[in-house]
Amino acid sequence: MTVGSFDLTIAIGGEAGQGIATPGDILARIFVRRGLHLNTYNAYQSIIRGGHIFLYLRVCDQEIFTHGDKLDILMCLNQDTMDRHLQLMRPGSWVLYNEDNIKPGEAGDGIQLCPLPVTKLSVSRNRLSQNTMAVGAASHLLGLDFQVLEESLTLRFQRQGQAVIDENVSVARAGYDHSVANFKAFDQTVPTGPTPLAVWSGNEALAMGGAAAGVKFYAAYPMSPATGVLHWMAQNARNLGIMVRQVEDEIGVANMVIGAAHTGCRAMCATSGGGFALMTEAVGSAAMMEIPAVFIDVMRAGPSTGVPTKTEQGDLWQVLGASQGDFERFIVAPTTPVDCFNTMAELFNLTDKYQCPGIVVTDLLLSEGRFSIAPDLIDMHPHIDRGELITKGSSTDGYMRYKNTETGISPRAVPGLEGYVHVVATDEHDENSQLLSDEFTNPHKRRKMVEKRARKFKVAIEDIKPPELEGSADAEITLIGWGSTYGVIREAVAILVEQGVAVNHLPIKWIVPFHGEVITDILSKSKRVVVVENSFSGQFYRYMRSETGLSVDGHIRKYDGEPFIPHHIVDGVKAHLAEKIECFVPYQEAIT
Amino acid sequence: MATTMPATDDKPVIPLTARDFKGQVDPDWCAGCGDFGVLNALQRSCAELGLRPHEILTVSGIGCSSNLPGYFNSYGMHTLHGRSLAVATGAKLGNHRLHVIVTGGDGDGYGIGGNHFTHTARRNVDLTYVVMNNQIYGLTTGQISPTSTMGMKTKSTPFGSVEAPLNPITSAIMNGATFVARGFSGDVRHLTELMKQAIQHSGFSLIDIFSPCVTFNHDNSNAFFKERVRKLEDEGHDTSDWKTACEKAMLFGDTIYTGLFFQKQAPTLGGSEPVLDPDEPLGLQTLGLDKEQTKRIIERMM
Repeated sequence: MTVGSFDLTIAIGGEAGQGIATPGDILARIFVRRGLHLNTYNAYQSIIRGGHIFLYLRVCDQEIFTHGDKLDILMCLNQDTMDRHLQLMRPGSWVLYNEDNIKPGEAGDGIQLCPLPVTKLSVSRNRLSQNTMAVGAASHLLGLDFQVLEESLTLRFQRQGQAVIDENVSVARAGYDHSVANFKAFDQTVPTGPTPLAVWSGNEALAMGGAAAGVKFYAAYPMSPATGVLHWMAQNARNLGIMVRQVEDEIGVANMVIGAAHTGCRAMCATSGGGFALMTEAVGSAAMMEIPAVFIDVMRAGPSTGVPTKTEQGDLWQVLGASQGDFERFIVAPTTPVDCFNTMAELFNLTDKYQCPGIVVTDLLLSEGRFSIAPDLIDMHPHIDRGELITKGSSTDGYMRYKNTETGISPRAVPGLEGYVHVVATDEHDENSQLLSDEFTNPHKRRKMVEKRARKFKVAIEDIKPPELEGSADAEITLIGWGSTYGVIREAVAILVEQGVAVNHLPIKWIVPFHGEVITDILSKSKRVVVVENSFSGQFYRYMRSETGLSVDGHIRKYDGEPFIPHHIVDGVKAHLAEKIECFVPYQEAIT
Repeated sequence: MATTMPATDDKPVIPLTARDFKGQVDPDWCAGCGDFGVLNALQRSCAELGLRPHEILTVSGIGCSSNLPGYFNSYGMHTLHGRSLAVATGAKLGNHRLHVIVTGGDGDGYGIGGNHFTHTARRNVDLTYVVMNNQIYGLTTGQISPTSTMGMKTKSTPFGSVEAPLNPITSAIMNGATFVARGFSGDVRHLTELMKQAIQHSGFSLIDIFSPCVTFNHDNSNAFFKERVRKLEDEGHDTSDWKTACEKAMLFGDTIYTGLFFQKQAPTLGGSEPVLDPDEPLGLQTLGLDKEQTKRIIERMM
């Protein structure tokens, strides 16, 4: 199924070091400048040179939330791509390749093989010229004017000088002309959207969301797939007045963030599961000292070093169990790129108000995917509420940092102010921040302080939007997912509804606090409930059951490293409707 | 580093004494613990430098000596085991006007926190690191530490330690620390002078202090040091000569040197970062981006 009237996917495959990113970027820019929507997914591996890299680039005249099911144009930069992917192409698609060094396989009916005689046509001896030539040919197949491509190439290479621009334009021209003479183009012209769109990745959305929320301190240790946050922060640090530090390890990162946060900065850090494991003790220390700080865990396939460049939702229990002891914190799983952005200000306001840590749990699919975004959807000036924070003046009336108030929230003074002198401690302490272990370890004081901190969270759930059911209330199956699966479930639901299967969707964003009662209420009206998640053991389902006591009718789970695409879920729903099965695990096609 | 902050509201500044830096509670250290001398010297040096309690942030980790912020009248952070330098770096960058003093022990700083010790030194973060080195783990009732001598018998080394100790002075110099000194808790007057110099030094200053544990380390006692320590300044040591400094720091026999081993002037981490506004610490700034900043970000995405 297509989402809009123009919905097309281009894939580029090759090995690391063959320059897949550049043709992908050139084509992506052409489409978003025309106002078309974009969703890309790069299936790559942890290798600098070699291996197999496959970039999906889906373009549509409507908003899209997944890289989709189908491939229309396949650009093979090496033999491996041809061998792996030709069999998956469908009638009406094109396969472009360099005929000098790639042998085509047996193409199915209706698949147009488009060999490019690169050496013959190219004046350039540059090994990357096959990429540029393929972009030229693809532009013709898509019905683009060559002038559009020429402008894009000029912009892309302008920093490298006129000679490089000329060389690329001439190679692209050769590919374009060869395609005009030899291949039949797409019968639909590329439309133009209302306004040009921008491009960002999920990592950039998280970083920008932090910056818009007023982050003044960012620290990190590089780790895929979260490194993009560090790169954005470092690039923008001086423009925005943000202190950005690369630290010796994630333990140092988390503790530095807490130190900066204590002085009044909004402070955050991002890492993946392994780095977050090192940060966990600090998360609890922020809770005990009642210092607000934000930690982002961008999940990749684990356990341990796992599959560093592949996606999974396997860290849910890690974030739920992060740090020893019993304490209050927020855990949120944004659903879309723009939600990654908006979540940051929302979470900082909550962690400031409740003076506790906040954890964002997202994954490679969202963080490293590149997506179009309408610039006016990015609110760079969100509402900022710092709660009961004291940053100026002086006091003479016996300030107590951990005053036992009715709400449990104690006014928080930053160091440097006269009359507010106090010590914060990771040891249990009394209202006046005196350590319990410095005197008789008073059980009544301990109980009072545990209850003070816990009391803050009695009302926190009221500040969090409850989940809402999407789609018809009267459905055969309710699909429930969390975080990044929002987009793919949404599209699967649309496909199923079009095919006459009544399904609806309950997406979950907030993990802690958890709207258990609202979820129970919604699901109790559902005929059948199927949980969709990117983990083997169904971490979300088990968490939901522990919070609500609900059991469900089935599962769709994937844990091979690649994300769900819509038909995986469509097939899963049909399998559940056809017979009683516990769990459907879709087969990932593009592997031979 | 400025030694005083402007008085607020034009109130006259009343000179403070060491007593004004006494914390809410009395230390729970064992009678005769070296840490009393260190606390005493720190209180005196802050008073003599004319600092006010609210201008100081003491940061510690975990261990007997890391309890110090609770016994000292200033802003304080009593953080996780080994993490004091990381927390202190964040705090110093968040509010560079604060005088940041990190206190802790040898296990906290050179063992579990060793990685942060190395990197805080090389970054030349403008803070003072006071290590109460008793060459033993005291709070866990007596096991070897990274500075325990070879052959030392403890509960975890009943047959004697077979590991060589770490030398904090040479390590700090090699890691790029710009002020490296050694003190002895039994000589509070000398220690006070070292602390005053360290707090006034611009950059990372380490004072490793022999602070004997009377309960668990009977090898390196107060008496052991008393008869061995000699002051570098009495011998005309050149504090810019790192090689001689290292040679003298390696001696741990009949003569053990105390005093300032090495000092140099170098740019600090905060001083090298243009985002630190001299007039307005990051932590006190009004949040939110302006239109020009926003425009630049969005343009780059188009």
